[in-house]
Amino acid sequence: MRPFDYRRADDIDGAVAMLALNPSAAFLGGGTNLVDHLRLGVTAPDLLVDVTRLGLDRIEPLADGGVRVGGTVRNSDLAADRLVRERYPVLAQALLSGASGQLRNLATTGGNLLQRTRCVYFQDVTTPCGKREPGSGCSALRGYQRYHAILGASSACIATHPSDMAVAMAALDAVVRVRGRDGERAVPLTDFHRLPGDEPQRDTVLQHGELITAVDLPPLPEGMRSRYRKVRDRASYAFALVSVAAVLDVRDGTVADVRIALGGVAHKPWRASVAERELRGAPATADSFRRAADAELAAAEPVEGNAFKVPLVRGTLVAVLRELSEETAR
Amino acid sequence: MTTTEQRLTPRAMGVPLDRLDGPAKVTGTARYAFEHPQTQPLYLHPVQATVAAGRITAIETGAAEAVPGVLAVLTHLNAPRLADTSDGELAILQSGGVAFRGQIIGGVVATSPETARHAASLVRTAYDEQPHDVVLRAGHEGLYAPDSVNGGYDTDQVQGDVEAALASADVTVDQTYTTPTLHNNPMEPHSTIAVWDDGQLTLYDSTQGVHMVRKSVAPLFGLDPEQVRVISPHVGGGFGSKGNAHAHVVLAAMAARQLPGRPVKLALTRQQMFFLAGYRTPTLQRVRLGADRDGRFSAISVEAISQTARIKEFTEQTAVAARMMYAAPNRRTTHRVTRLDVPVPSWMRAPGECPGMFAAEVAMDELAEACGLDPVELRVRNEPETDPETGHPFSSRNLVACLREGARRIGWERRDPTPGARRENGALVGLGVSASVYPVFRMPGSAARVRAEAGGRYTVSIGAADLGTGTWTALTQIAADALEVPVEHVDLRIGDTALPPATVAGGSSGITCWGSAIVHAARELRGQHGRSPAEGAEAVGETGDNPDTERYAMYAFGAQFAEVRVDADTGEVRAPRLVGVFAAGRIINPKTARSQLLGGMTMGLSMALYEQSHVDPSIGQVANHDFAEYHIATNADIGSLDVSWLDEDDPHVNAMGSKGIGEIGIVGTAAAVANAAYNATGVRIRDLPVTLDAFLS
Ligand SMILES: Cc1cc2nc3c(=O)[nH]c(=O)nc-3n(C[C@H](O)[C@H](O)[C@H](O)COP(=O)(O)OP(=O)(O)OC[C@H]3O[C@@H](n4cnc5c(N)ncnc54)[C@H](O)[C@@H]3O)c2cc1C
Ligand code: SF4
Repeated sequence: MRPFDYRRADDIDGAVAMLALNPSAAFLGGGTNLVDHLRLGVTAPDLLVDVTRLGLDRIEPLADGGVRVGGTVRNSDLAADRLVRERYPVLAQALLSGASGQLRNLATTGGNLLQRTRCVYFQDVTTPCGKREPGSGCSALRGYQRYHAILGASSACIATHPSDMAVAMAALDAVVRVRGRDGERAVPLTDFHRLPGDEPQRDTVLQHGELITAVDLPPLPEGMRSRYRKVRDRASYAFALVSVAAVLDVRDGTVADVRIALGGVAHKPWRASVAERELRGAPATADSFRRAADAELAAAEPVEGNAFKVPLVRGTLVAVLRELSEETAR
Repeated sequence: MTTTEQRLTPRAMGVPLDRLDGPAKVTGTARYAFEHPQTQPLYLHPVQATVAAGRITAIETGAAEAVPGVLAVLTHLNAPRLADTSDGELAILQSGGVAFRGQIIGGVVATSPETARHAASLVRTAYDEQPHDVVLRAGHEGLYAPDSVNGGYDTDQVQGDVEAALASADVTVDQTYTTPTLHNNPMEPHSTIAVWDDGQLTLYDSTQGVHMVRKSVAPLFGLDPEQVRVISPHVGGGFGSKGNAHAHVVLAAMAARQLPGRPVKLALTRQQMFFLAGYRTPTLQRVRLGADRDGRFSAISVEAISQTARIKEFTEQTAVAARMMYAAPNRRTTHRVTRLDVPVPSWMRAPGECPGMFAAEVAMDELAEACGLDPVELRVRNEPETDPETGHPFSSRNLVACLREGARRIGWERRDPTPGARRENGALVGLGVSASVYPVFRMPGSAARVRAEAGGRYTVSIGAADLGTGTWTALTQIAADALEVPVEHVDLRIGDTALPPATVAGGSSGITCWGSAIVHAARELRGQHGRSPAEGAEAVGETGDNPDTERYAMYAFGAQFAEVRVDADTGEVRAPRLVGVFAAGRIINPKTARSQLLGGMTMGLSMALYEQSHVDPSIGQVANHDFAEYHIATNADIGSLDVSWLDEDDPHVNAMGSKGIGEIGIVGTAAAVANAAYNATGVRIRDLPVTLDAFLS
């Protein structure tokens, strides 16, 4: 671990200014990802700016019926929040399926969105990895691929984004609020993370020094039911092989509205818009669900070590839609 | 002719005494290796090779040396020459050769662990890299027959004509089974404090055998054993990986020698443990069984292959359990091993039996199906009268009773023999069974000293190890019964080479070897000094020979049952219910024994469903070398674990009547789970671990 300075910011502008002055500085949230990376040598900032005392730790109802989640709200607090549990069960379920109780007590909203891939090569500085060291190649292309992408990958990088929370937020049409030196901007969560293309080192559209101040959750229309299903090798404390966040409204046996996001399959939370289009207005039957899953998966390009994810996504998505439709049918 | 050893009357033995070391552990006062207080300690961080084969052509240490707080950087260019380089794993920094990725090629000593680690990352190395080969595969050109296999067993055993018997058998099974590379990963990482003072080396080491460490380390530095003291009162798990001194201990001793008088502390990181602490070799086993229509064996053949390192031979005794489990007139078991550019494999809980019984007991399940027989019944039918390997009678063998009791407990009668027939709440449900076995080892070399103290108390000393297993407690109970005093009157001392020598805590042999030495010392004391010895009276006893070892085959047996559920949508596999019934002689302490068996079965479940070190052939190393990626069963993965044992009276094994329970719990669990998964789904898994991919269509 390279020696570094630590500063605790007292206000948002101060935090943003400290990073603006120093291209090698980084924000520190709960530290559950960043500190690991310092130890492993994955990254070596010379200044950490602690952003957990900026007053961004509140969860507030919005006038339009939505909810604003502060950028440093702990994952545990968000999962336990009454508003969240009532209005967005998919988000509470996603949070609780992630990491462990201890980690969730520290992890923050902003840090969770910005956690980096768990690709084993990314985390091992003795192996080539273009995300960590641009231009060094991709060890995963010929290596261990169980947790890697089947959608939207490139020949430069096949990593996945590991967050569960972000998948639920993608299905909820969440909006990320960001503060930089030039003021505030709002980025839809589905546009926040990038596909790797030939710049795998860039996970998101965030610029250096931009601080995540909040995530806004728009209200869900009356009658929508939501659910998160995470599939993993062991029952707890494991990243998703595949996950499905779905929001569904069925009326008179027909899909009135649906939103689906997939985790564990791409460099970003994968909004399954092809499947959604296929489903809207279709009968809420196992057949439609399968057809929709297949339509989404038509673009899948698995590698040898993760080919199982194609049938796995299909099976999981169909199961989640089936369960939700049984729940919402009216 | 010598008669069977005189048996102890159990008074303290058999009582579920709380751990004597429990209060010290829960209050944090029990000292583990890294925690022994030192004045002005220094910290050592290893530098590891980043190629799997080749030679170092240049190693640049200037940047590391320039870091404030760095006292020394060791490399092959400046490290002390070792007096003995016969153990290739321990002979580090003697040349620029690299035999596996992750091998120790240097070390940085600094005033803080962070500084040492940072400076180690600044050491730059250039290599003449050679092509590497890290993948074990059938027909590997390097396979050879070693002189013997781990445990000193014969490499091959042949009896009768297996090929002819298979050709004429009514029913045959011919399949290949594989187990992956597995890493032991005890909770406490491998750690050492080395202090070199006045030609005397002291090591506070996390080890399964202080005398073993001394024996390995002393000759490397040209020291007499008396010049090396190893101290290890508490050990946070080992599972075999702390049975031998590994290279990091040598590195620590080298650093201490460079900096005399300064304590040098080294704790491996979790990631480093995947390269430097031993592991279970992958195995490939071709198993062929021949039987008549009633399921009676005519032939058993197991051909096992495994890997070892370039620099040291270790051959897993994968096929030995097949030599004694079931009788057949024609039998063949062979072991072949190949040298790869990989870290040095070593012991991991039940080496041999654990991977071997996975293959054999899944093959049994396949044979049962082929014969249309219940798997429990097939095992009962093939129960041998005497040990098929030696012809000796078993000192006791209660496998059938374990099978029957386990079947009752799991509700075996509800098992539908048709695979895939039972469905509950969206899951396919199945039951499976496997036998378990583990030998009773008795190794020479342990001695105990008993000393009478004031007030009717006794001090019992032996260099034994407690890995969290319960040694402190169980040995105290044995000593109490041997002296015929209450346990409160016994003070046990272990974990120090200043105490009488003890064999390694391995092969589930601790209680037999150390317990027998304590019994003999106690009897010696009573013989010489009577019931009321004067304060200071002492006697020493050794493990000694047990003549019955030559006349009887001695094994613990068990039966394991599993219920497996496979999610019909996602293929996720869980084993919510395990039942283990064991027959392992007298249980010295039911409380600590239960923990051992629970732990063994949990580790077996973990092996069945989760554990796998993924070897990446391109980079030449294990890719998933941390706990986020190397999956071990979590609490949420364990449902009901039903552990019990039969009251088994074995008059032959030793004075205590005990057999050893540290390893048998892991033997057979994986087979029971794989067999249950087959019963649930109709998908036969022959390659561990059993993961959801197999059940997706
Ligand atoms: C063993 C293990 C298992 C895990 N399992 C799971 C799992 O199953 N599912 C899952 O979803 N996650 C899992 N996690 C990941 C965990 O969710 C993340 O580590 C956590 O959410 C990161 O949040 P943090 O606040 O600790 O981030 P930090 O480590 O503090 O920061 C992460 C990154 O975000 C930046 N950052 C932090 N806050 C802000 C901000 N407000 N604005 C801008 N940038 C910011 C930092 O500079 C850094 O680059 C696991 C982690 C571990 C260690
Ligand atoms: S998949 Fe991406 S993160 Fe992994 S090694 Fe390749 S470039 Fe690096």
